[in-house]
Amino acid sequence: MQAAKENFLLYLADSTHILSHRNSEWCGHAPILEQDIALTNIALDLLGQSRNFYQYAAELIGNNATEDSLAYLRIESEYKNLLLVELPKEDWAHTVLRQFYFSVFLFYLYQQLQQNKDVQIAAIATKAIKEVAYHVRWSGEWVIRLGDGTEESNQRMQYAVEAYKNFTGEFFVLTNYEKQMQIDFELIQQQWNDKVAAVFNDATLSFTNSNFHQVGGKEGRHTEYLGYILTDMQYLQRTYPNATW
Amino acid sequence: MELKKLEEIFQHKIDNEIKIEPKDWMPEAYRKTNIRQISQHAHSEVVGMLPEGNWITRAPSLKRKAILLAKIQDEAGHGLYLYSAAETLGISRDEMIEQLHSGRAKYSSIFNYPTLTWADMGAIGWLVDGAAIINQVMLCRTSYGPYARGMVRICKEESFHQRQGFEILYVLSQGTDAQKAMCQDAINRWWWPSLMMFGPTDAESSNSEQSMLWKIKRKSNDELRQQFVDMIAEQVKVLGMTLPDADLKWNETKKHYDFGAINWNEFWNVVKGNGPCNKQRLNARIAAHQNGAWVREAAIAYAEKQKNKHKAA
Ligand SMILES: [Fe+2]
Ligand SMILES: [Fe+2]
Repeated sequence: MQAAKENFLLYLADSTHILSHRNSEWCGHAPILEQDIALTNIALDLLGQSRNFYQYAAELIGNNATEDSLAYLRIESEYKNLLLVELPKEDWAHTVLRQFYFSVFLFYLYQQLQQNKDVQIAAIATKAIKEVAYHVRWSGEWVIRLGDGTEESNQRMQYAVEAYKNFTGEFFVLTNYEKQMQIDFELIQQQWNDKVAAVFNDATLSFTNSNFHQVGGKEGRHTEYLGYILTDMQYLQRTYPNATW
Repeated sequence: MELKKLEEIFQHKIDNEIKIEPKDWMPEAYRKTNIRQISQHAHSEVVGMLPEGNWITRAPSLKRKAILLAKIQDEAGHGLYLYSAAETLGISRDEMIEQLHSGRAKYSSIFNYPTLTWADMGAIGWLVDGAAIINQVMLCRTSYGPYARGMVRICKEESFHQRQGFEILYVLSQGTDAQKAMCQDAINRWWWPSLMMFGPTDAESSNSEQSMLWKIKRKSNDELRQQFVDMIAEQVKVLGMTLPDADLKWNETKKHYDFGAINWNEFWNVVKGNGPCNKQRLNARIAAHQNGAWVREAAIAYAEKQKNKHKAA
């Protein structure tokens, strides 16, 4: 149980961390200054959540682990994030759609985690769910705006839907450690499907469902992209071992 | 009302420290000067996001990454307030952005220097935000109301940035030999460009005199620069580092630090576009704008559709 919990915390920590990282790549480059601020805000919220998970995981793992040793000194195969979040940021359509998929999942997951028997997990989820509710609203509004905007924006959204069609299944293909967490993932899947369908309806988009899912991220098998993210992210910690920043 | 009378009322307000507000009559040159200055300031905030943005993905700890992201986000916010302040003078944000991209509007030349190491995040906060604060504290009392009020909000955040920058360097100064060297190197590279941020010497400054009369500016470039040198020359001691100026020396008679000659040839060249990153910075802004065009169009189209739906309903 302890090992499952550690893995589960790392899965959440890594997923929020890597998505924060991808979103932060927009900082200074977004289409509209107001949205630059909004997306950076989301990156900061996710980073904050990942730190809470890392810190708690570090506590359980012991051995002088810290949030930074977990983030900066683990290699690709130790990272447990969803494949979806490590994919390149691409254009604004991909970015808001990925955010929407992820935030909706996170929202319903946190809803259950608020009642978790582990009070620390419950506390993290309770604090974070308000942020995630806003992320769902912000990204959902963008999905609708772009879906029902111009012909070009609709087409770009549809491309993004297509690009992610094999990557959303991973939310619900459960690893052993998730199965031990006493979470009703079937309920989350139902809620996720309903929410996505409702927003897609408003966005005049059609959801492409795939029966074949790309999975493995949650167990350390990643795409080619994660290696580059970590090379970049871990550069200072690796180049100057044991330095304090 | 005849022009002479309007000018009198205007100057009377300035002389009596009454702020000029958007709807007030103002001389065309006053309006133009403010538009130029405020939009240039806004552009500097936005372009200034890029050199620091260069280190977001490589920040050395989660805490540092959070601080850096929040700092750059603040700068975007400053850009927003300032664009809004300039808009009250009758220019649109689109026009201002177009002027930036076409090269007709300038931004602070300091952002045309590269950020080569993590220590640059500290040096920028400490020196660049530090120099900006000295200018901006003065601008909190500038005569154009919306600009002055924007500056009050901005100044609070800037002094926070400066402390955070100093703290980055302080940690490096207490660190390993490699970190100390990184710290000193960043100070060496950013010191002179920071001094240039205050602009040409008073003798060479073309816009200054009228700006002082209209209380757009309240202190001369050289005065502000001296204030900055006096502040930094003291703070650098806490870091146990040095400033790269052999002529830097306390002058007991003047009660100020003397400092060496600034390389104005470099300054004018960077202003003219010959700095190490001019093209890179401007291209990044233009690319962001162009790549975002379809997003802005979609947002407008969607808003139009919604409006029509409401009308129909
Ligand atoms: Fe600023
Ligand atoms: Fe700042």
